[in-house]
Amino acid sequence: MPTITIDGKQLTVDEGKTVIQAAEEAGIYIPRYCYHPGLRIVGQCRICLVEIEKMPKLQVACYTRVQDGMVVHVNSEKAKRARQQVLEFLLVNHPIDCPVCDQAGECYLQEYYMQFGLYDPKMVEDKNKKHKAVPVGPHVVLDSERCILCTRCVRFCDEISKTSELGVFHRGDHAELLPYPGRTLDNPYSANVVDICPVGALTERDFRFKVRVWYLDETKSVCPGCATGCNIEIHTSKARPYKNEGRRIARLKPRYNPDVNDYWICDYGRYGFLFVDDDSRIEQPLVKQNGEFQELSWDDALQMVSGVINTALENGKAVRILGSAQMTNEDLYALKRFGNEVLETHDIPVTVKPLEKPYSDDFLIREDKNPNTRGAALLGFDTEPAATEKLLTACRNGEVYTLIIFHHDLFKGFAEDEVKAALDKVDSVIFVGSNLNPTAELASYVLPSCTWAEKDGTFTNYAGRVQKINEAIEPLEGSLPEWKILRRLARQFDHTFAYFEAEDVFRDIVKKVPAFTGMSYRALGDRGMLVSENGRSVQQAEVKEELTVVSK
Amino acid sequence: MAETQGILMPLIQSECQILKNYRDRGGYEAAKKALSMTPDEVIQEVQSSNLRGLGGAGFPTGRKWAFVPKNSSKPVYLVVNCDESEPGTFKDKYIITRATHALIEGIIIASYAIGAHTAYIYIRGEYVRQAEVLEQAIQEAYDNGILGKKVLGKKFSLDVYVHRGAGAYICGEETALLESLEGKKGWPRMKPPFPAIEGLFRCPTIVNNVETLAYVPFIIKNGARWFAEMGTERSGGMRLYCVSGHVNKPGVYELPVTTTLREIIYEHAGGVPGNKKIKAVVPGGSSSPPLRADELDVAAEFDALMKLGTMAGSGGIIVMDEDTCLLEILTVTTHFYHHESCGQCTPCREGTGWMDKILNRMLSGEGRIEDVDHLEEIASGIMGNTICPLGDAAAMPVLGYLKRFREEFESHALYKKCFDGEFAELKAAS
Ligand SMILES: Cc1cc2nc3c(=O)[nH]c(=O)nc-3n(C[C@H](O)[C@H](O)[C@H](O)COP(=O)(O)O)c2cc1C
Ligand code: SF4
Ligand code: SF4
Ligand code: SF4
Ligand code: FES
Repeated sequence: MPTITIDGKQLTVDEGKTVIQAAEEAGIYIPRYCYHPGLRIVGQCRICLVEIEKMPKLQVACYTRVQDGMVVHVNSEKAKRARQQVLEFLLVNHPIDCPVCDQAGECYLQEYYMQFGLYDPKMVEDKNKKHKAVPVGPHVVLDSERCILCTRCVRFCDEISKTSELGVFHRGDHAELLPYPGRTLDNPYSANVVDICPVGALTERDFRFKVRVWYLDETKSVCPGCATGCNIEIHTSKARPYKNEGRRIARLKPRYNPDVNDYWICDYGRYGFLFVDDDSRIEQPLVKQNGEFQELSWDDALQMVSGVINTALENGKAVRILGSAQMTNEDLYALKRFGNEVLETHDIPVTVKPLEKPYSDDFLIREDKNPNTRGAALLGFDTEPAATEKLLTACRNGEVYTLIIFHHDLFKGFAEDEVKAALDKVDSVIFVGSNLNPTAELASYVLPSCTWAEKDGTFTNYAGRVQKINEAIEPLEGSLPEWKILRRLARQFDHTFAYFEAEDVFRDIVKKVPAFTGMSYRALGDRGMLVSENGRSVQQAEVKEELTVVSK
Repeated sequence: MAETQGILMPLIQSECQILKNYRDRGGYEAAKKALSMTPDEVIQEVQSSNLRGLGGAGFPTGRKWAFVPKNSSKPVYLVVNCDESEPGTFKDKYIITRATHALIEGIIIASYAIGAHTAYIYIRGEYVRQAEVLEQAIQEAYDNGILGKKVLGKKFSLDVYVHRGAGAYICGEETALLESLEGKKGWPRMKPPFPAIEGLFRCPTIVNNVETLAYVPFIIKNGARWFAEMGTERSGGMRLYCVSGHVNKPGVYELPVTTTLREIIYEHAGGVPGNKKIKAVVPGGSSSPPLRADELDVAAEFDALMKLGTMAGSGGIIVMDEDTCLLEILTVTTHFYHHESCGQCTPCREGTGWMDKILNRMLSGEGRIEDVDHLEEIASGIMGNTICPLGDAAAMPVLGYLKRFREEFESHALYKKCFDGEFAELKAAS
């Protein structure tokens, strides 16, 4: 392994590492525009020039591989001057429209100018004009005057989404980033280009002009959009939701996890948060009277619902549950206990097979749109769609007196008359969920749960990786996490679930369910942990395979 | 083209695009000889001849060939650079249209030496008629068993293809050329890997200039020593000088590389019209820094010119008489590099355009004295900091003109006119 010296720090790094990577290991940040660790290295922007002893010219740190004995000066006068000049060159034709640019505050032109630019501007010529505010796709707007031609977005479309919509046209300082003629940037991963664009050339149509980034708070979470469980950050605008059409979530951003999603997320996941502050959110428990929902307090609602369940139990009639893999492990574990201990039912399906086969690919997007099917299975739920079909048949045959449905809209998985025929035969349908849907409309009681962004918990992705989600915004007033709803409901039957935080539930899971052995919220960290089978981590082979999928 | 001396010039003058004419002058004997040698012996011979790349960089040709990995499992390619676009350079054109078979013979020998069975000739798009002549000569070679499955009846196969460029100077840079040849946008590649290791289609590839290859048959025929002795210790033979600008007889002259600029200009190119004095001479294509009239007793050769801070480059000598406005010259030159910058890397993309704008403003009489320093700073910011040497090619003239003729530019900035020798007094008075 080569030993090198960077700005006086000596370190030994792996063969094949580049200077920029080695410097990072030594805690030295070298500026970069075109370099992105998830993309091919091209050495185009030249902002990372450093001085290397015995080499006559400055070298780009992103492309130069370390060699034993190399002595690198990141901050020699010569290197500093060159980087300053590259920055000055980048601004020669830049419009500097920061006041109206969404990137301001997270822009690497602004950032580096403050760090090491600070030159006296010499440029007095007219700037070149290029296209502005071009909607290049459903999610992305391009301002090519702001583009610094780092080609990160081009490489993303070539190498990651493999759709090649973008290219650089023309030459010299007339070079311009644009979609190829007749193409739009509409691949399932298109908005990642916004994240990797170091400047305000590519911005999100959804986020555009809504909030200044310095008003945003960031919370680590996991995307609930499919079984992959891509790591994300939830950016919230709690202080100024009125600037954001009343939405508290401003945007989702991918969060690096080499074991799951690398640097990327899909567009379905990215824009899948809109339901959180949607009009369909349920803000109070509801009871149906004369065909109309009436709001009522939680205490009243729990009393009524427990009354209905009690009547059924006392008369020896079946109370059945349809759980959901949208729920966290904590929610599901509380549900399992409620089923087992209160209702004495052990057979709880969670999966509704959609009528239309959902989109999936061999990169991140999985057919299973639930974030926690694997978790449900490990916690003892029946994740086969057939189990749900059987439950509906039982309903149709009049064998179910009370049915508690979590989240599902059955109409997405069954024909309309099939659902109606089944639910008609059920005496009381209790719906627990965050948003009203056509199935909820048919329920007698509705209990509002909060969304994934409003609670702590864990999801287990398809590969068995248990990952933590965190409360980014407070639960909408009137809504509760399912585990809390179940705790309170159990209380009505004199069962005590001694949980005060989601973490208490998780501790219990770890104690009782072998797959979760050795885990804790703390141990899960930012990247999650793999569940174990028979005391061993789930097959490495499976995980390896997943890795190659992610890194291609 | 009055000369009959030389190596390639006699071929050019006797229409060696026609096979018979070339054969009458002993054509293809060298290839036969080379094919009976081992590839290593051929490389050794070329190396000893001190033949250096005549496309501009002057890299020793034999040494370059030796970089190709032996027994590569991938195919090896020879690529002939006929993009000839450096302003002031017009020699390859004569070779491909008049000494065509010498080039083909050079291609055969080089391919054999490096183990290539496919050669591509990348020719600039503007050379339309020239490409036709080249194609005809190649066809004639195929028809006569000189190319194809059995080259000259020997156990060596070689196919040669002509590929026309689309009119970009940058596609003369060898890695941009390879990208273009692969059907991509002509953006130079990062190095390493160098083409000899990973070139066309990621296979070992040697890129050589037309003129470089055209000399190879004669080195094989007459021996390395014969070629080396014409030149200096490190640079062999003769080369084709393209003389243009203010001379009485502009044209291509083939002379030993030891010939001085003064001899070339005055003894061969007929001196300056109207016996005017020389103000500046660009010795090796428009990217080479200019020399003053008192610096012309230097051999027009790689190492000697390098010592003076300029380059022998592509052999394009541009002569400017005393009445030439150097601001105009530098503006035109800079405009060319701005126009031809591929736009891939920041300093060249933005710097060339910026310098072009400043120079044009100065030319229109809007110059400011600080522009002179700014130009120098911009050029220094480009120099050495780019992906390919086009950035340097754009920076060197700016730095070069300002180094040797700064007063010309200051005069334009201060007085909106060319320097007339009274600058010092005026400046002092101002
Ligand atoms: C911008 C640029 C343009 C070039 N144009 C040409 C050209 O038109 N013809 C040429 O032979 N070499 C050209 N070169 C040099 C080539 O990159 C390469 O060095 C040469 O083809 C190698 O052949 P040689 O060793 O026989 O000279 C150019 C280089 C640069 C940087
Ligand atoms: S890209 Fe950056 S520097 Fe340019 S206008 Fe936007 S915030 Fe300002
Ligand atoms: S749009 Fe952004 S990511 Fe794409 S090349 Fe321009 S600056 Fe880079
Ligand atoms: S130096 Fe100029 S021509 Fe060469 S790669 Fe950079 S921008 Fe392109
Ligand atoms: S980050 Fe190294 S050249 Fe762009």
